[in-house]
Amino acid sequence: MSVAVIETQNLTKQYGPQKAVDNVTFNVYEGEIFGLLGPNGAGKTTIILMLLGLTEPTSGRARVLGVDPTRDAIKVKGMIGYMPENVGFYNDMNAIQSLKFIGELNGIPKDILQERIESALKTVGLDQDAKKKIGAYSRGMRQRLAIAELLIKEPKVAFLDEPTLGLDPDATSRVIELIETLRKEKNMTIVLCSHYLEMVQKLCNRVAIMIKGKMVAQGEIEKLAREKFGIGQEEYTLEEIYMRYFMEA
Amino acid sequence: MGGLKVIFKKELSDHFTSYRFLIIFSLIWMVSLLITYMVGTSIRDELSGVTKPKYVFLLLFMSSGGFFSFIQFVAFFGPLIGVILGFDLINREKNEGTLSRVLAQPIYRDAVINGKFLAGVVTISIMMTSIVLVISGLGLKVVGVVPGIDEILRIVIYLVISIVYISFWLGIAILFSILFRSVTTSALASLAAWIFFTFFVPLGAGIAAKSFVPPGEADKTEIILKQLSIQRSVSLISPVSLYSEASSTIIDPTKKTTRAYVLMGPFEKLSIERFSGPLPISQSLLIVIPYIISIVAITTICFAVSYTVFLRQEIRSL
Ligand SMILES: Nc1ncnc2c1ncn2[C@@H]1O[C@H](COP(=O)(O)OP(=O)(O)OP(=O)(O)O)[C@@H](O)[C@H]1O
Ligand SMILES: [Mg+2]
Repeated sequence: MSVAVIETQNLTKQYGPQKAVDNVTFNVYEGEIFGLLGPNGAGKTTIILMLLGLTEPTSGRARVLGVDPTRDAIKVKGMIGYMPENVGFYNDMNAIQSLKFIGELNGIPKDILQERIESALKTVGLDQDAKKKIGAYSRGMRQRLAIAELLIKEPKVAFLDEPTLGLDPDATSRVIELIETLRKEKNMTIVLCSHYLEMVQKLCNRVAIMIKGKMVAQGEIEKLAREKFGIGQEEYTLEEIYMRYFMEA
Repeated sequence: MGGLKVIFKKELSDHFTSYRFLIIFSLIWMVSLLITYMVGTSIRDELSGVTKPKYVFLLLFMSSGGFFSFIQFVAFFGPLIGVILGFDLINREKNEGTLSRVLAQPIYRDAVINGKFLAGVVTISIMMTSIVLVISGLGLKVVGVVPGIDEILRIVIYLVISIVYISFWLGIAILFSILFRSVTTSALASLAAWIFFTFFVPLGAGIAAKSFVPPGEADKTEIILKQLSIQRSVSLISPVSLYSEASSTIIDPTKKTTRAYVLMGPFEKLSIERFSGPLPISQSLLIVIPYIISIVAITTICFAVSYTVFLRQEIRSL
């Protein structure tokens, strides 16, 4: 838990007059699941996009596995898995074609890709529906397919933006299980953005709370509870802690 | 480089498996076959018993067997092919969220737009080449003359010009699909561009030319010539006119210079053209080279604009 996989210093992104991300400094360490929380429009997705090299920071510094995403986006994108909010798929492809396409974009050799696709589809439970068009998939199936994509790519770091958005309880728990699989079996470091705080509390050790572009808190959940509710109050739920920060801001 | 290849492959297979492509492909096939058959039989009937004149094979492409010639058909309908293949290439992916997923993979952003444009151009090339081959084959059978080297060369050059011309429209459509988020808007904008260049520019050219003529002097030859020359230059801002001029000059060896229209009256021109011998291909080529360069240039500019806009677009607006 000591090697920083992601480092940011005073990271700022300005869209016109508005600061979507304002002077944010935080680290994510190897092997952890880091929760990035905050209300709509807080700037979570913007942070991810900057770390991926998909958009340039207005100022500040970012390093992912020691690489500057602004300078060497291709290298960073090769090492990071990204599951966007509202993942989009080509609806007339089936799961195998879609995974193959992503694998090829990542330059994974054919024979290795073949094996990975088979095992990934099994892991996420889509092997029965692998030949069905993605257009006919349910929301839960699409999310699982997105996770299969991460399994194919085998990145060291994965950004999951709202992975359980719009899923029913059963589908949600399957996705949660899969996220744990990613960390345990694939040793991925994961940054998880979500409004579903119960899940975040279950999965994450450390979280950061963003409000209007500013990072108002970060650290272990117990530490945040102590800060807001006093010593000996660590049993407060993440939900209660979050609301406290939210009201104060 | 790897990314470009993968995107190109995907786009190409998308084109060839889409209903849209199938429909437009069969449509132009039907029309082309119809034209060829009509033109072919009329040539055969007219020429039965007499020795076939030179360049009779090229008549398959340039004579209008009743309503329009193949050349005219491509000039008019070709833009639609480009537009239909391209109007939603980028914005559909934005709207469905596939673009940000693809761009999060280790590829350069230009691989996406290059791959799409290239796949479109290859699709157009395959479409046009196959049609020209079929017309030639059918013509061969119906008319019964074998084209000479000169004629074949002319057809090849014509084919290349046509591919570039349709690719220009593909570029326009892609540009609109980058500029507009809505697929309907980009489709309409492309159609508007097509209507503008096909109908309005020639019309406007005529009006512009007339407005130069002082009233009362309208029948001085000098002025009429000036008028025609203005009309011609103005209409050449339209890629449609550029293409029509270039393709008819290369396919029709008797067409001496595109200036001929201006310098003499239509009947005079006709008689002179018919009595003087046809131009060798090198001469025809010399005449159309500026047109070809112009078509290639506007296509390149159009693609360069798309490319720049796409690469500079903020990812959140993607
Ligand atoms: N292209 C853009 N132009 C201008 N402002 C933008 C653009 N993209 C995002 N923003 C603004 O940046 C801010 C941060 O947005 P962001 O999507 O990062 O928030 P978020 O925390 O991911 O929210 P959510 O929970 O809704 O996903 C928002 O206020 C948004 O309006
Ligand atoms: Mg977001």
